[in-house]
Amino acid sequence: MKLLIKSGRLIDPAGAVDQVMDILIENGKFKEIAKSIKKVSGCSVIDAKELIVAPGFIDMHTHLREPGQENKESIASGSQAAARGGFTSIACMANTEPVNDNRSVTEFIIARARQVGLVNIFPIAAVSKGQLGENLVEMADLVEGGAVAFSDDGHCVMKADLIRKALEYAKMLDVPIIEHPEDHSISAEGQVNEGFISYKYGLRGILKAAEEVIVARDLILQERIRSRLHLTHISTAGSVELIRNARKMKTPVSADATPHHLLLNEELILSYNPVYKVKPPLRTEADRLELIRGLQDGTIDCIASDHAPHTRDDKDKEFEFAPFGVIGMETSFSVVYDRLVRSKLLTLNRLVELFSTNPARVLGLKNRGRVKPGYPADLTMLNLKKRFKIEEKDFRSKANNCPFLGWEGQGAIEHTIVSGNVVYSRKNRV
Amino acid sequence: MKERIFSQDHLLGIEQLSVDDIETILETAEAFIEVSSREVKKVPALKGKTVVNLFFENSTRTRSSFEIAAKRLSADLINFNSSISSLKKGEALKDTVLTLEAMNPHIIVIRHSASGSPHYLTTFARSSIINAGDGFHEHPTQALLDALTIQQRLKTLRGLKIAIIGDILHSRVARSNIILHQKMGNEIALIGPPSLVPREFEKMGASVYYDIRSGVKAADVVMMLRVQEERGARNYFPSIREYRNRFAINREIFALAKKSAILMHPGPINRDVEIETSMADSEQSVILQQVTNGIAVRMAVLYLLKGEIHETLN
Repeated sequence: MKLLIKSGRLIDPAGAVDQVMDILIENGKFKEIAKSIKKVSGCSVIDAKELIVAPGFIDMHTHLREPGQENKESIASGSQAAARGGFTSIACMANTEPVNDNRSVTEFIIARARQVGLVNIFPIAAVSKGQLGENLVEMADLVEGGAVAFSDDGHCVMKADLIRKALEYAKMLDVPIIEHPEDHSISAEGQVNEGFISYKYGLRGILKAAEEVIVARDLILQERIRSRLHLTHISTAGSVELIRNARKMKTPVSADATPHHLLLNEELILSYNPVYKVKPPLRTEADRLELIRGLQDGTIDCIASDHAPHTRDDKDKEFEFAPFGVIGMETSFSVVYDRLVRSKLLTLNRLVELFSTNPARVLGLKNRGRVKPGYPADLTMLNLKKRFKIEEKDFRSKANNCPFLGWEGQGAIEHTIVSGNVVYSRKNRV
Repeated sequence: MKERIFSQDHLLGIEQLSVDDIETILETAEAFIEVSSREVKKVPALKGKTVVNLFFENSTRTRSSFEIAAKRLSADLINFNSSISSLKKGEALKDTVLTLEAMNPHIIVIRHSASGSPHYLTTFARSSIINAGDGFHEHPTQALLDALTIQQRLKTLRGLKIAIIGDILHSRVARSNIILHQKMGNEIALIGPPSLVPREFEKMGASVYYDIRSGVKAADVVMMLRVQEERGARNYFPSIREYRNRFAINREIFALAKKSAILMHPGPINRDVEIETSMADSEQSVILQQVTNGIAVRMAVLYLLKGEIHETLN
């Protein structure tokens, strides 16, 4: 099994490469990367002229809903959506039914992912049993079973003592703890960002401080523990500033932001359309701009979608009764490229770092996020000239709760290649 | 009554109304006051039209007020009682409304605990939607009947100082009144503890006071809001006792307002909590007049919307 990718512009920040290259893949691994590689017999060829070739994109925050809520999404449909979105690897959160808090669930997810066989799926296990915030899961056993990180995600570990212990224990295993920072005593039944808009439109608010007090708490703990702490879907200017300062103090921390927090603000909720209901809530324009500065100056390492599928009926409700969450895997690259790279807020190199190099490093995925001989041949190929329109009919996710429906712009995924196999091609509808 | 064109398909909130719309509703309401003073309190204006009262929250005064208003206009009215409804069986709001619409009503009057529910209905329903209170967002007919009452007593709706006292944060009555009086160019004073009156309300064109005396000073209208016991339980304020000591209206504080000032309350009132009991029954109190005007205002709104079936927005 050989595959030759000819004349694409390879952007691989980890190897400091940005030039037109040929890439030869053999038996699922990169074999050779050179300016010109001759085609040998029995070798398929992809003409990548006009295309960008990047190390496979990694979405480190998704919800695949299986086991338990397969009416919303499944490992199969989620894999399809990932492939279409250019993601060769995804990490899935633990809030399944049952919760991924023991090795059998982790192993089930990995087994299902293998059966589906499209993209690499890395389970994130819960920090606490049942995500109840009381007792630690068997972390070592879970790591042996294949879990790559631990997170109680939306449940956020409320007890400072428990997150302390989790960070300390995880140090032994060299895995990250991923925190969704939200103090539930502050956010309570909040629906949207608290401020003038929540007051005027009569919706319960979620203060920015609900996020920032947990960010601050975790950074203070981490200053001494020095484990691996990752703060996910940061949404406020205050959080960016706290992380920026912690980095100056050399506290080990990483962070991600979502396309929706980077591109949308709270004013969209004026329509009471639950598609804009998400946690953390869409914030103010000033917060959004500070998140972009965080991407520019390196404070924020990754872009992750927090892909959270819900059924159409779940979201077709009174705003207050609809669940939180938006889907994003199939739109992340296009909207970010169109609105942040084309407008010169980010370079293409930085975008590849945010989508591939850095998530591989944060999750500790060995041999991924880089195009190097011997590494698994995961590639994402981009067509920057292709115009796109985001339409529900094209979605491979089971859900349609996407805040970018109807958006138009430029920049599309052309091919997604996992271990040398083409798992998505825009033209061939693979 | 001079001819005016009313531009709205629905009454979702005061926010969507122009000053012209507000004046049209109030003028129409004035005309309907006369109907309610007749021996036979009925006109055929909405004969053959069907109005559904769709109330998902307990309500006595607003629901009966809409019912009487619809009946005095000769409309057929159905009261949808949520306590015995299919909602208890877990039916979604959308299915409830689609089921009711299959019976071809013209106007749906909705009261719902979730803000924005009437707006949600307009995305799929064909009837005219009237918001009878959504969460703590808006309660437009209350603000309109308040405006009618103010106009009757003070002979104007402009150049006034309106003081609103209490739980602004959770009050749809307050929001609709703030928006209405901001549109009319009136001065608005919001009074209450900071936990219930965030400073951000100043962006709505109001001033915020934590001291009732300075807020009430020289007011033309003093509007009290009901203290909801459960707010205290959630620590918005420590106790009813402490709240009463700082924010209840009594004769001494009311005397700081203009001599001609009126005292309003959307009801139901908690005597001797937010309002000293003798104040509620005083000459300056217009609380019952507000209730009476509610009928005329709701007749006006029903009449102006007419319940013409229109295409859904999307």
